[in-house]
Amino acid sequence: MADLPPTTDEPIIRLEDVSLFYSSFRAVRNISYPFRTNAITALIGPSGCGKSTLLRSINRMNDLVPGAYAEGRMLYHGEDLYGPGVDAVEVRRRIGMVFQKPNPFPKSIFDNVAFGPRVNGVKGDMADIVEASLRRASLWDDVKDKLKQSGMALSGGQQQRLCIARAIATEPEIILMDEPCSALDPRSTLLIEELMLELKQRYTIIIVTHNMQQAARASDETVFLTMGDDRAGYMVEAGVTSELFTNPKSQLTEDYVSGRFG
Amino acid sequence: MSVTPAAPALLGGDPARRRKERLVSRILVSAAMVSIVISLFIVLALLFEAFAFLQQIDLSDLFGMGWFPRRGQFDILTLFIGSVIITIIAMLVAGPIGLLSAIYLSEYASPRTRSVIKPVLEILASIPSVVLGFFALTFINPQIVQRLFSGATVFNMLAAGLGVGVLIIPLIASISEDALRAVPRSLREASYGLGARKVTTTLRVVVPAAVSGIVAAFIIGISRGIGETMVVAIAAGGTGGSLRTFNPLGPGQTFTGAIASLATGSDQVQGGQAAYLSLFFLGLLLFILTLSLNVIGDIFVRHTRQRY
Amino acid sequence: MSIETPTVASGAVHRSLKRTGPHWPSLIFQGLLAFSLLFTLLALLFLLVDVLNRGLPVFTERGMDFLTSPLSSDPTKAGVSQALWGTFWIGVITAVVAFPLGVATAIYLEEYAAGSRLTRIVDVNIRNLAGVPSIVYGLLGLAVFVGVFKALNIGNGRNVIAGGVTVAVLVLPIVIITAAEALRAVPIAIREAGYGVGASRWQVTRQLVLPAAFPGILTGIVLSLSRALGEAAPLILAGAVLGSYSSGGADLVGQLVGPYTALPIVVYRWTTLPQEEFRQLAAAGMIVLLVITFIANGLAIYLRNKYSRSW
Repeated sequence: MADLPPTTDEPIIRLEDVSLFYSSFRAVRNISYPFRTNAITALIGPSGCGKSTLLRSINRMNDLVPGAYAEGRMLYHGEDLYGPGVDAVEVRRRIGMVFQKPNPFPKSIFDNVAFGPRVNGVKGDMADIVEASLRRASLWDDVKDKLKQSGMALSGGQQQRLCIARAIATEPEIILMDEPCSALDPRSTLLIEELMLELKQRYTIIIVTHNMQQAARASDETVFLTMGDDRAGYMVEAGVTSELFTNPKSQLTEDYVSGRFG
Repeated sequence: MSVTPAAPALLGGDPARRRKERLVSRILVSAAMVSIVISLFIVLALLFEAFAFLQQIDLSDLFGMGWFPRRGQFDILTLFIGSVIITIIAMLVAGPIGLLSAIYLSEYASPRTRSVIKPVLEILASIPSVVLGFFALTFINPQIVQRLFSGATVFNMLAAGLGVGVLIIPLIASISEDALRAVPRSLREASYGLGARKVTTTLRVVVPAAVSGIVAAFIIGISRGIGETMVVAIAAGGTGGSLRTFNPLGPGQTFTGAIASLATGSDQVQGGQAAYLSLFFLGLLLFILTLSLNVIGDIFVRHTRQRY
Repeated sequence: MSIETPTVASGAVHRSLKRTGPHWPSLIFQGLLAFSLLFTLLALLFLLVDVLNRGLPVFTERGMDFLTSPLSSDPTKAGVSQALWGTFWIGVITAVVAFPLGVATAIYLEEYAAGSRLTRIVDVNIRNLAGVPSIVYGLLGLAVFVGVFKALNIGNGRNVIAGGVTVAVLVLPIVIITAAEALRAVPIAIREAGYGVGASRWQVTRQLVLPAAFPGILTGIVLSLSRALGEAAPLILAGAVLGSYSSGGADLVGQLVGPYTALPIVVYRWTTLPQEEFRQLAAAGMIVLLVITFIANGLAIYLRNKYSRSW
């Protein structure tokens, strides 16, 4: 596993006693965790334990679900993401997201990447931004001659890298990834995992994954969630990945990582 | 004491964009409100004038020999009977034909036949009702009705009813077809798996499963039949007035036809007179009738969707 | 040790696997199905043939004169020029009033307020409005729109603007319902991707959702327009002229606030006149009306097929 870069003092996102609700149903309860800057943190756990809900709450995507709300604090550089006066749209510019199924816009590759900066007010020639983003997503060489082609004409793995390029075009600090490889073949999956290791030098990555080998391979820290008797997800254990997998403190964790349930 | 919190340093966002968002939101809400305003106006206009009508006339005028508005006779039963008779005739045609067409399209048709039949239904659905009225008067009546029933007059309710029936066929067919297609394939497969034939499966499994949608189709068809104006105005006769009658082979009048005929009278019915106000009274009755039917029909449609 | 196989059973199985003759219920049912289709087809055919039969002679005898002459009590001279003008303006007013209003309402219901209580009220209300008979809209037009013009002392209130707005209000629910369906058909993933890069709601709606839903919305608009142009009942009440009238030499504004008529109205009028010549004129008018309707509907279907993509 790669050496951890020197950590900054302040975690880029700190969750303090966060609970997430859909109307009256509590989906996730009492999560507290500091997400280390420039690290890859994996959220693992069995189906339905709230990993995706938690991830989506970080960039306030849950706002789009009627009746969804959050309690607790989510501090981003010291500011509460859910505080009064916070513009969710701005939050999403700074915290990007890559989805489970690649979802490029029905536009050209160029316009896909340029969309984010454009809607956020960046004017002028996008060519530099587009090229830089595609390079950082390891897609530039594949598409540099066909930027005008539709983004949907690419293969699955390429589409996902396009989505990554699209996400980083707005210069976010954090990239959230919701099972980004689950719809891809093994080769594309490995390509994206390699990409993640490069990306973490500039960005902080939080990834939800079902694939424990992936979590063990690619992440620096891991948060393990599971569903409680009240059907709300809660955090069982979290910490440095190698420790969690080889020397877990909780029996539940050991059972999950050795495949006894989930 | 409340203090407006200062905008967050990092996460305040672009104020110009936020202003624009608020403006767009307000415009869209106003647009949505217009539809509510329209409903309000309809109800108010009808209520207002209908009430004025009831105040002007003697309530006994509402029950007489027939509907002769210009002579002060407002027997609504005449119109009600007319509406019912024409709608029944229409449904006797459109109900079976529409449903059978829907069954064919949903269960039996190959893609090629579908691509022929569906356009036919869509063309029929797009034909304006004046044309159907003309057809009822100039073809259905002489060629069909009068040949079968020598006693039928030039204008009669049977011809009008048949015209309305042809008009409604596509409506019933399309709602029924939606209901039939919503039945999951697994139900059909279970039936075939037990060795049932197609006709048995269709009639004893699929149609019963789709019954709430089919009922909805019929109810909405009835509502449409009651609300149909032009076919009745052209082919049923009854301009100027109509005696109360149950005879479909003679002329008759419906709520809708009565409204149209009053408005087209050569005497330029003016506001304030009882005859003019009766327009709105009839409109109110029509509105309540069709609204009730549509609400019930909607409940059935919702019921189909929920099951699957 | 041998197992006894009952020979009776195998005989029975053998017999029933073969056809035993025609299954009458199936045949009867399929006959009924065929009959219903035939009925519908024949109804349509006879209708079109009848109209063409009576109406085409008018065109062969008078040619384009029919389209360029105004109404007249003399059937050899009467034409639909004024009716076409009126129908044109009704189309324009319907488009200008109903389409922006309808699409905006649909956007509000689907993108901005999905799930809220207000949305449900508006939704129910629109579905009810869609089922209101067209003649009731005519009463609304008479009471409100004609009334407004009368109150403002503009003519006697019965003008093409009042008529056009009445018809626009009539088709508004259809526009809303079809536009809302088109918006709903756009996959959520596109919206999520847009929000994910920090686009605001209007940006996502205008730059991602609307372009994707546009073909469906356009189809709905064209269908609504076709319906609007064929309506007669509401116009009867909103004051379209049934007899003949002279447009005089009035300027555009004068024509817009003066007496008017429309194609379906003229057809209705001629149908109710006893003379056979007027029946023919009615049929000729219907040919024009059907041509317009078919072009509009054909366009809508063409658009729907061309742009329907499978997501």
